[in-house]
Amino acid sequence: MRRQLVLRVVAKLLIPYIVLFALYVQFHGDFGPGGGFQAGVIAAAGVIFYGLIYGLADARKVVPDWVVEAMLGTGLLVYLGVGVLGLLLGGNYLDYFVLARDPVEGQHRGIFWVEAGVGITVAGVMLKIFYMFGARGTADE
Amino acid sequence: MIINVLLVLMALAVIAIDRARNLFAVIVLSGSYSFLMATVLVALDAVDVGMTEAAVGAGVSTVLLLAALHLCRSEEAKPAHQPWLPLAVAAACGAVLVYGTFGLPAFSDPQAPIHTHVVPRYLGEAVRETGVPNVVTAVLASYRGYDTLGETTVVFTAGAGVIALLRRRKKRKDASR
Repeated sequence: MRRQLVLRVVAKLLIPYIVLFALYVQFHGDFGPGGGFQAGVIAAAGVIFYGLIYGLADARKVVPDWVVEAMLGTGLLVYLGVGVLGLLLGGNYLDYFVLARDPVEGQHRGIFWVEAGVGITVAGVMLKIFYMFGARGTADE
Repeated sequence: MIINVLLVLMALAVIAIDRARNLFAVIVLSGSYSFLMATVLVALDAVDVGMTEAAVGAGVSTVLLLAALHLCRSEEAKPAHQPWLPLAVAAACGAVLVYGTFGLPAFSDPQAPIHTHVVPRYLGEAVRETGVPNVVTAVLASYRGYDTLGETTVVFTAGAGVIALLRRRKKRKDASR
């Protein structure tokens, strides 16, 4: 599929908007539909789309393997970290009220970071699965 | 109305999947099934779930199935046995599930138990308590933070499991064959 000019041009046009939409869903999830899970999946789908059109090797250059593997753990650690931070600041585990002076502000902050953690982990897992499945037919055999 | 049309189309897609023997056609049809499902969810005002269904069901899993198809033959083999026992089991399970739905409250009944327990509190207090207008996000990330933590752990574990299963082959290329 590497020499399909139309597909390459269309992909180049679409991918920035897919990634932008993922960021919108991630950070606007407090107000509109969406949240970390959806944003992570959409961002991963953008990279997977790139990999389909330009080849897996090029996608691995854009988002290298070590970044994807780091994302897997980082997202979960961010989520767990928000919980531990609540403990350290004198609340219960995953208590957001203590994260800022104003309780509502603290809720905002907690939800933001928790959703960020979910998004990072989901995007990482989706990409990792795609990389591993995609590499099986080519590199191994 | 629109939901019924979509459900009929989904049933047709399932029949087509069952009839098709070419696995490529099956994958494309299941992708379109997921898109129909996503449209149904949007029509039911569950945009979050619709987005997930469109991205995961129609997008990512179609790609993964195509990657799996790359590794095997694209024609489905003839079944070795007649499928009467699985058919009977599936029909019985379906009948039990349909029987179960008769006990459920009517769709969007405001007096249903699910709408009278914690939902009034969430709908009434979420904006004041969390400052987040989207109640779904407030419930997901704040009120039910532990559940979402568990879900994230499940997703992480799935990714780690895939790495553990597929990476071993790369190192011992000769031994595993």
